[in-house]
Amino acid sequence: MTANQADVRRYRPRTSVFWWVHRRSYLLFVLRELSCVFVAWFVVYLVLLVAAAHRGSDSYQQFLEWSSRPWMVVLNLVALAFVVLHAITWFTLAPKAMVVRLQGRPLPARMVAGGHFAAWAVASAVVAWIVLGGW
Amino acid sequence: MPDTITLQVTRYRPDADGPPTLQEYVVPLREEWAVLDGLNYIKDQLDGTLSFRWSCRMGICGSCGMTVNGDPALTCGTFLTDYAPGPVRVEPLANFPVIRDLVVEIDDFMRKLPEVKPWLVREDGEALDDVEFLQTPAEMDEYKQYSMCINCMLCYAACPVYGLEPDFLGPAAIALAQRYNLDSRDQGAHQRLDVLATAEGIWACTYVGECTTACPKGVDPAGAIQRYKLTAATRTLRSFLMPWRAR
Repeated sequence: MTANQADVRRYRPRTSVFWWVHRRSYLLFVLRELSCVFVAWFVVYLVLLVAAAHRGSDSYQQFLEWSSRPWMVVLNLVALAFVVLHAITWFTLAPKAMVVRLQGRPLPARMVAGGHFAAWAVASAVVAWIVLGGW
Repeated sequence: MPDTITLQVTRYRPDADGPPTLQEYVVPLREEWAVLDGLNYIKDQLDGTLSFRWSCRMGICGSCGMTVNGDPALTCGTFLTDYAPGPVRVEPLANFPVIRDLVVEIDDFMRKLPEVKPWLVREDGEALDDVEFLQTPAEMDEYKQYSMCINCMLCYAACPVYGLEPDFLGPAAIALAQRYNLDSRDQGAHQRLDVLATAEGIWACTYVGECTTACPKGVDPAGAIQRYKLTAATRTLRSFLMPWRAR
Protein backbone atom coordinates (compact mmCIF):
# COMPACT_ATOMS: atom_id res chain seq x y z
CA MET A 1 0.00 0.00 0.00
CA THR A 2 1.42 3.40 -0.92
CA ALA A 3 1.39 6.38 1.43
CA ASN A 4 -1.37 8.01 -0.66
CA GLN A 5 -3.62 4.96 -0.34
CA ALA A 6 -3.08 4.84 3.43
CA ASP A 7 -4.08 8.50 3.75
CA VAL A 8 -7.41 8.05 1.97
CA ARG A 9 -10.30 8.00 4.41
CA ARG A 10 -12.54 4.97 3.83
CA TYR A 11 -16.20 5.01 4.77
CA ARG A 12 -17.00 1.84 6.70
CA PRO A 13 -20.75 1.36 6.92
CA ARG A 14 -21.96 -0.21 10.16
CA THR A 15 -24.34 -3.14 10.07
CA SER A 16 -27.61 -2.19 11.74
CA VAL A 17 -28.81 -4.30 14.68
CA PHE A 18 -32.04 -4.79 12.71
CA TRP A 19 -30.38 -5.78 9.42
CA TRP A 20 -32.54 -8.91 9.33
CA VAL A 21 -35.95 -7.22 9.20
CA HIS A 22 -35.48 -5.62 5.79
CA ARG A 23 -35.40 -8.75 3.66
CA ARG A 24 -37.67 -11.80 3.79
CA SER A 25 -34.81 -14.28 3.37
CA TYR A 26 -32.85 -12.66 6.21
CA LEU A 27 -35.94 -12.74 8.45
CA LEU A 28 -36.54 -16.40 7.66
CA PHE A 29 -32.88 -17.13 8.39
CA VAL A 30 -33.03 -15.44 11.80
CA LEU A 31 -36.27 -17.27 12.65
CA ARG A 32 -34.58 -20.53 11.68
CA GLU A 33 -31.60 -19.74 13.91
CA LEU A 34 -34.01 -18.84 16.73
CA SER A 35 -35.73 -22.20 16.30
CA CYS A 36 -32.80 -23.94 18.03
CA VAL A 37 -34.04 -22.45 21.33
CA PHE A 38 -37.36 -24.25 20.86
CA VAL A 39 -35.62 -27.48 19.86
CA ALA A 40 -33.74 -27.22 23.16
CA TRP A 41 -37.03 -26.54 24.98
CA PHE A 42 -38.57 -29.74 23.58
CA VAL A 43 -35.53 -31.70 24.78
CA VAL A 44 -35.98 -30.24 28.28
CA TYR A 45 -39.74 -30.94 28.11
CA LEU A 46 -39.10 -34.56 27.12
CA VAL A 47 -36.60 -34.99 29.99
CA LEU A 48 -39.16 -33.55 32.43
CA LEU A 49 -41.81 -35.94 31.07
CA VAL A 50 -39.54 -38.98 31.47
CA ALA A 51 -38.53 -37.84 34.98
CA ALA A 52 -42.21 -37.39 35.98
CA ALA A 53 -43.14 -40.82 34.58
CA HIS A 54 -40.17 -42.34 36.46
CA ARG A 55 -41.36 -40.85 39.78
CA GLY A 56 -44.75 -42.54 39.54
CA SER A 57 -48.39 -42.08 38.68
CA ASP A 58 -49.07 -39.00 40.85
CA SER A 59 -46.07 -37.18 39.51
CA TYR A 60 -47.05 -38.06 35.95
CA GLN A 61 -50.62 -36.76 36.53
CA GLN A 62 -49.17 -33.51 37.92
CA PHE A 63 -47.00 -33.20 34.82
CA LEU A 64 -50.05 -33.68 32.57
CA GLU A 65 -51.98 -31.06 34.54
CA TRP A 66 -49.04 -28.64 34.27
CA SER A 67 -48.80 -29.34 30.54
CA SER A 68 -52.49 -28.60 29.98
CA ARG A 69 -52.31 -25.07 31.36
CA PRO A 70 -53.12 -22.52 28.68
CA TRP A 71 -49.68 -20.84 28.71
CA MET A 72 -47.98 -24.21 28.38
CA VAL A 73 -50.22 -25.18 25.47
CA VAL A 74 -49.44 -21.86 23.75
CA LEU A 75 -45.70 -22.26 24.43
CA ASN A 76 -45.69 -25.79 23.03
CA LEU A 77 -47.67 -24.76 19.94
CA VAL A 78 -45.20 -21.95 19.23
CA ALA A 79 -42.33 -24.36 19.86
CA LEU A 80 -43.93 -26.89 17.49
CA ALA A 81 -44.21 -24.24 14.75
CA PHE A 82 -40.52 -23.36 15.14
CA VAL A 83 -39.44 -27.01 15.21
CA VAL A 84 -41.42 -27.69 12.03
CA LEU A 85 -39.73 -24.67 10.42
CA HIS A 86 -36.37 -26.02 11.61
CA ALA A 87 -37.08 -29.47 10.16
CA ILE A 88 -38.37 -28.18 6.81
CA THR A 89 -35.40 -25.84 6.28
CA TRP A 90 -33.01 -28.60 7.35
CA PHE A 91 -34.39 -31.14 4.89
CA THR A 92 -34.57 -28.51 2.14
CA LEU A 93 -30.86 -27.91 2.70
CA ALA A 94 -30.00 -31.61 2.31
CA PRO A 95 -29.59 -31.58 -1.50
CA LYS A 96 -27.22 -28.63 -1.19
CA ALA A 97 -24.89 -30.66 1.01
CA MET A 98 -25.33 -34.10 -0.54
CA VAL A 99 -24.71 -35.17 -4.08
CA VAL A 100 -26.44 -38.55 -4.43
CA ARG A 101 -25.58 -40.56 -7.51
CA LEU A 102 -27.61 -43.31 -9.10
CA GLN A 103 -25.76 -45.29 -11.78
CA GLY A 104 -23.19 -42.51 -12.00
CA ARG A 105 -25.71 -39.72 -12.54
CA PRO A 106 -26.55 -37.18 -9.83
CA LEU A 107 -30.13 -37.35 -8.59
CA PRO A 108 -32.21 -34.16 -8.97
CA ALA A 109 -32.29 -31.98 -5.83
CA ARG A 110 -36.04 -32.44 -5.33
CA MET A 111 -35.62 -36.23 -5.19
CA VAL A 112 -32.91 -35.97 -2.52
CA ALA A 113 -35.08 -33.58 -0.49
CA GLY A 114 -38.14 -35.74 -1.18
CA GLY A 115 -36.34 -38.79 0.23
CA HIS A 116 -35.58 -36.92 3.44
CA PHE A 117 -39.18 -35.67 3.77
CA ALA A 118 -40.49 -39.20 3.13
CA ALA A 119 -38.18 -40.62 5.82
CA TRP A 120 -39.37 -37.88 8.20
CA ALA A 121 -43.02 -38.72 7.47
CA VAL A 122 -42.43 -42.45 8.03
CA ALA A 123 -40.55 -41.81 11.31
CA SER A 124 -43.32 -39.45 12.49
CA ALA A 125 -46.01 -41.99 11.58
CA VAL A 126 -44.21 -44.75 13.52
CA VAL A 127 -43.83 -42.49 16.59
CA ALA A 128 -47.51 -41.43 16.35
CA TRP A 129 -48.58 -45.07 16.09
CA ILE A 130 -46.56 -45.96 19.22
CA VAL A 131 -47.75 -42.91 21.21
CA LEU A 132 -51.40 -43.39 20.27
CA GLY A 133 -51.32 -46.94 21.57
CA GLY A 134 -50.86 -49.03 18.50
CA TRP A 135 -48.02 -50.92 20.21
CA MET B 1 -43.02 4.66 -20.90
CA PRO B 2 -41.61 7.99 -19.60
CA ASP B 3 -38.64 9.55 -21.39
CA THR B 4 -36.50 9.96 -18.30
CA ILE B 5 -35.80 8.25 -15.00
CA THR B 6 -34.23 9.54 -11.80
CA LEU B 7 -31.12 7.88 -10.40
CA GLN B 8 -30.37 8.45 -6.73
CA VAL B 9 -26.65 7.90 -6.57
CA THR B 10 -24.43 7.62 -3.49
CA ARG B 11 -21.78 10.30 -3.34
CA TYR B 12 -18.87 9.96 -0.95
CA ARG B 13 -15.88 12.24 -1.07
CA PRO B 14 -13.12 11.01 1.24
CA ASP B 15 -11.51 14.42 1.34
CA ALA B 16 -14.72 16.05 2.64
CA ASP B 17 -16.28 15.57 6.06
CA GLY B 18 -19.41 13.58 6.61
CA PRO B 19 -20.97 10.28 5.60
CA PRO B 20 -22.13 9.46 2.07
CA THR B 21 -25.15 11.30 0.68
CA LEU B 22 -27.59 10.58 -2.15
CA GLN B 23 -27.52 12.83 -5.21
CA GLU B 24 -30.30 12.77 -7.80
CA TYR B 25 -29.69 12.77 -11.55
CA VAL B 26 -32.28 12.59 -14.31
CA VAL B 27 -31.14 10.40 -17.20
CA PRO B 28 -32.83 9.29 -20.43
CA LEU B 29 -34.90 6.11 -20.08
CA ARG B 30 -34.16 3.90 -23.06
CA GLU B 31 -35.20 0.32 -23.52
CA GLU B 32 -31.66 -0.92 -24.14
CA TRP B 33 -30.05 1.05 -21.34
CA ALA B 34 -28.73 -0.69 -18.24
CA VAL B 35 -28.09 1.14 -14.97
CA LEU B 36 -24.42 1.33 -16.03
CA ASP B 37 -25.44 3.25 -19.17
CA GLY B 38 -27.28 5.71 -16.93
CA LEU B 39 -24.16 6.15 -14.78
CA ASN B 40 -22.01 6.64 -17.86
CA TYR B 41 -24.50 9.28 -19.10
CA ILE B 42 -24.10 11.09 -15.77
CA LYS B 43 -20.32 10.85 -15.98
CA ASP B 44 -20.18 12.07 -19.61
CA GLN B 45 -23.00 14.64 -19.68
CA LEU B 46 -24.00 15.74 -16.18
CA ASP B 47 -21.29 15.32 -13.57
CA GLY B 48 -17.74 14.23 -14.40
CA THR B 49 -16.81 13.91 -10.72
CA LEU B 50 -18.86 10.72 -10.21
CA SER B 51 -16.62 7.70 -9.62
CA PHE B 52 -17.54 4.06 -10.33
CA ARG B 53 -15.87 0.95 -11.74
CA TRP B 54 -16.80 -0.69 -14.99
CA SER B 55 -15.10 -2.36 -17.92
CA CYS B 56 -16.62 -4.99 -20.22
CA ARG B 57 -20.36 -4.08 -20.13
CA MET B 58 -21.26 -7.75 -20.73
CA GLY B 59 -21.22 -9.46 -17.35
CA ILE B 60 -17.76 -10.96 -17.67
CA CYS B 61 -15.29 -8.66 -15.93
CA GLY B 62 -17.19 -8.39 -12.63
CA SER B 63 -16.22 -4.74 -12.12
CA CYS B 64 -19.57 -2.96 -12.06
CA GLY B 65 -21.23 -4.61 -9.05
CA MET B 66 -23.28 -2.13 -7.02
CA THR B 67 -26.38 -2.08 -4.87
CA VAL B 68 -29.43 -1.29 -7.00
CA ASN B 69 -32.59 -0.56 -5.03
CA GLY B 70 -31.18 -2.53 -2.13
CA ASP B 71 -30.08 -5.61 -4.09
CA PRO B 72 -26.50 -6.41 -5.12
CA ALA B 73 -26.36 -6.48 -8.91
CA LEU B 74 -24.09 -6.11 -11.91
CA THR B 75 -25.17 -2.70 -13.23
CA CYS B 76 -24.36 -3.73 -16.80
CA GLY B 77 -27.01 -6.45 -16.63
CA THR B 78 -29.65 -4.51 -14.70
CA PHE B 79 -31.98 -2.58 -16.99
CA LEU B 80 -33.48 0.80 -16.20
CA THR B 81 -36.85 -0.11 -17.69
CA ASP B 82 -37.29 -2.77 -15.00
CA TYR B 83 -37.34 0.05 -12.44
CA ALA B 84 -39.56 2.50 -14.38
CA PRO B 85 -40.94 4.96 -13.46
CA GLY B 86 -38.21 5.08 -10.80
CA PRO B 87 -36.43 6.46 -8.94
CA VAL B 88 -33.57 3.96 -8.90
CA ARG B 89 -31.24 4.00 -5.91
CA VAL B 90 -27.64 3.15 -6.82
CA GLU B 91 -25.29 2.58 -3.88
CA PRO B 92 -21.89 0.95 -3.42
CA LEU B 93 -21.74 -2.77 -2.62
CA ALA B 94 -22.61 -3.45 1.01
CA ASN B 95 -20.13 -4.92 3.51
CA PHE B 96 -17.08 -3.24 1.94
CA PRO B 97 -15.27 -0.01 2.86
CA VAL B 98 -16.15 2.75 0.42
CA ILE B 99 -13.22 4.51 -1.23
CA ARG B 100 -15.21 7.06 -3.18
CA ASP B 101 -18.80 7.35 -4.45
CA LEU B 102 -19.60 3.85 -5.79
CA VAL B 103 -16.06 2.44 -5.58
CA VAL B 104 -15.39 -0.08 -2.82
CA GLU B 105 -12.18 -1.57 -1.48
CA ILE B 106 -11.89 -5.33 -2.04
CA ASP B 107 -8.38 -5.80 -0.60
CA ASP B 108 -9.80 -8.16 2.05
CA PHE B 109 -10.97 -10.62 -0.63
CA MET B 110 -7.74 -10.26 -2.60
CA ARG B 111 -5.82 -11.21 0.57
CA LYS B 112 -8.06 -14.19 1.36
CA LEU B 113 -8.33 -15.65 -2.13
CA PRO B 114 -4.75 -17.01 -2.45
CA GLU B 115 -5.11 -18.66 0.98
CA VAL B 116 -7.39 -21.30 -0.59
CA LYS B 117 -4.88 -21.99 -3.40
CA PRO B 118 -7.25 -21.42 -6.31
CA TRP B 119 -5.03 -23.17 -8.81
CA LEU B 120 -4.21 -26.75 -9.78
CA VAL B 121 -2.00 -28.28 -7.11
CA ARG B 122 0.04 -31.35 -8.10
CA GLU B 123 1.95 -33.35 -5.54
CA ASP B 124 3.33 -36.07 -7.78
CA GLY B 125 6.14 -33.87 -9.06
CA GLU B 126 4.75 -33.52 -12.57
CA ALA B 127 5.17 -30.04 -13.99
CA LEU B 128 1.80 -28.79 -15.22
CA ASP B 129 3.23 -27.42 -18.43
CA ASP B 130 4.85 -30.71 -19.46
CA VAL B 131 1.91 -33.07 -19.10
CA GLU B 132 -1.47 -33.36 -20.73
CA PHE B 133 -4.21 -34.18 -18.23
CA LEU B 134 -7.19 -35.83 -19.85
CA GLN B 135 -10.62 -35.19 -18.40
CA THR B 136 -14.02 -36.62 -19.27
CA PRO B 137 -17.07 -34.36 -19.70
CA ALA B 138 -18.52 -35.87 -16.52
CA GLU B 139 -15.37 -34.97 -14.60
CA MET B 140 -15.55 -31.42 -15.93
CA ASP B 141 -19.22 -31.12 -14.96
CA GLU B 142 -18.17 -31.75 -11.33
CA TYR B 143 -16.57 -28.31 -11.02
CA LYS B 144 -17.69 -26.35 -14.10
CA GLN B 145 -20.35 -24.17 -12.43
CA TYR B 146 -17.82 -22.97 -9.81
CA SER B 147 -15.38 -21.98 -12.54
CA MET B 148 -17.94 -19.42 -13.76
CA CYS B 149 -17.16 -17.12 -10.80
CA ILE B 150 -16.03 -13.67 -11.98
CA ASN B 151 -15.05 -12.33 -8.54
CA CYS B 152 -17.71 -9.62 -8.76
CA MET B 153 -18.19 -9.60 -4.96
CA LEU B 154 -22.00 -9.62 -5.15
CA CYS B 155 -22.03 -12.72 -2.93
CA TYR B 156 -19.99 -10.95 -0.26
CA ALA B 157 -22.33 -7.95 -0.41
CA ALA B 158 -25.35 -10.27 -0.02
CA CYS B 159 -23.86 -12.25 2.88
CA PRO B 160 -24.85 -10.92 6.32
CA VAL B 161 -22.31 -13.24 7.96
CA TYR B 162 -19.49 -11.46 6.10
CA GLY B 163 -20.98 -8.12 7.13
CA LEU B 164 -21.04 -9.15 10.79
CA GLU B 165 -17.82 -11.21 10.83
CA PRO B 166 -15.28 -9.74 8.40
CA ASP B 167 -12.85 -12.58 9.15
CA PHE B 168 -15.17 -15.00 7.31
CA LEU B 169 -13.39 -16.39 4.26
CA GLY B 170 -16.55 -15.73 2.26
CA PRO B 171 -18.68 -17.39 -0.43
CA ALA B 172 -16.59 -16.80 -3.56
CA ALA B 173 -13.28 -17.88 -2.01
CA ILE B 174 -14.83 -21.12 -0.74
CA ALA B 175 -16.64 -21.78 -4.04
CA LEU B 176 -13.35 -21.27 -5.89
CA ALA B 177 -11.60 -23.65 -3.50
CA GLN B 178 -14.29 -26.22 -4.32
CA ARG B 179 -13.77 -25.52 -8.01
CA TYR B 180 -10.26 -26.99 -7.63
CA ASN B 181 -11.12 -29.58 -4.97
CA LEU B 182 -13.61 -31.15 -7.38
CA ASP B 183 -11.25 -31.01 -10.36
CA SER B 184 -9.93 -34.49 -11.22
CA ARG B 185 -6.54 -32.98 -12.11
CA ASP B 186 -6.02 -31.41 -8.69
CA GLN B 187 -4.27 -33.04 -5.73
CA GLY B 188 -4.43 -30.16 -3.25
CA ALA B 189 -7.73 -30.79 -1.46
CA HIS B 190 -6.10 -31.74 1.83
CA GLN B 191 -3.93 -28.60 1.71
CA ARG B 192 -7.07 -26.47 1.39
CA LEU B 193 -8.76 -28.35 4.24
CA ASP B 194 -6.67 -26.50 6.86
CA VAL B 195 -7.96 -23.17 5.57
CA LEU B 196 -11.53 -24.18 4.75
CA ALA B 197 -12.49 -26.32 7.75
CA THR B 198 -12.01 -23.55 10.30
CA ALA B 199 -14.17 -21.17 12.32
CA GLU B 200 -13.41 -18.45 9.76
CA GLY B 201 -14.01 -20.85 6.86
CA ILE B 202 -17.00 -23.06 6.18
CA TRP B 203 -18.09 -23.25 9.81
CA ALA B 204 -18.73 -19.50 9.91
CA CYS B 205 -21.43 -19.94 7.27
CA THR B 206 -24.90 -20.30 8.75
CA TYR B 207 -26.53 -20.84 5.35
CA VAL B 208 -28.52 -17.74 4.62
CA GLY B 209 -28.33 -18.66 0.93
CA GLU B 210 -28.37 -15.09 -0.40
CA CYS B 211 -24.93 -15.53 -2.00
CA THR B 212 -26.43 -18.01 -4.44
CA THR B 213 -29.44 -15.75 -5.08
CA ALA B 214 -27.17 -12.78 -5.81
CA CYS B 215 -24.72 -14.59 -8.11
CA PRO B 216 -25.12 -13.32 -11.69
CA LYS B 217 -23.27 -16.31 -13.17
CA GLY B 218 -25.31 -19.19 -11.74
CA VAL B 219 -22.61 -20.29 -9.32
CA ASP B 220 -23.97 -21.83 -6.12
CA PRO B 221 -21.56 -20.75 -3.37
CA ALA B 222 -24.05 -21.69 -0.63
CA GLY B 223 -24.22 -25.22 -2.07
CA ALA B 224 -20.41 -25.40 -2.32
CA ILE B 225 -20.08 -24.48 1.35
CA GLN B 226 -22.74 -26.91 2.59
CA ARG B 227 -21.25 -29.69 0.47
CA TYR B 228 -17.80 -29.00 1.85
CA LYS B 229 -19.14 -29.04 5.41
CA LEU B 230 -20.20 -32.64 4.82
CA THR B 231 -16.80 -33.45 3.26
CA ALA B 232 -14.89 -31.85 6.15
CA ALA B 233 -17.05 -33.55 8.78
CA THR B 234 -16.59 -36.93 7.07
CA ARG B 235 -12.82 -36.45 6.85
CA THR B 236 -12.58 -35.43 10.51
CA LEU B 237 -14.64 -38.45 11.57
CA ARG B 238 -12.55 -40.74 9.40
CA SER B 239 -9.27 -39.39 10.78
CA PHE B 240 -10.66 -39.93 14.30
CA LEU B 241 -11.85 -43.49 13.65
CA MET B 242 -9.06 -44.51 11.27
CA PRO B 243 -6.03 -42.32 12.12
CA TRP B 244 -3.75 -44.59 10.09
CA ARG B 245 -5.63 -43.58 6.92
CA ALA B 246 -5.64 -39.84 7.63
CA ARG B 247 -3.49 -37.61 5.44
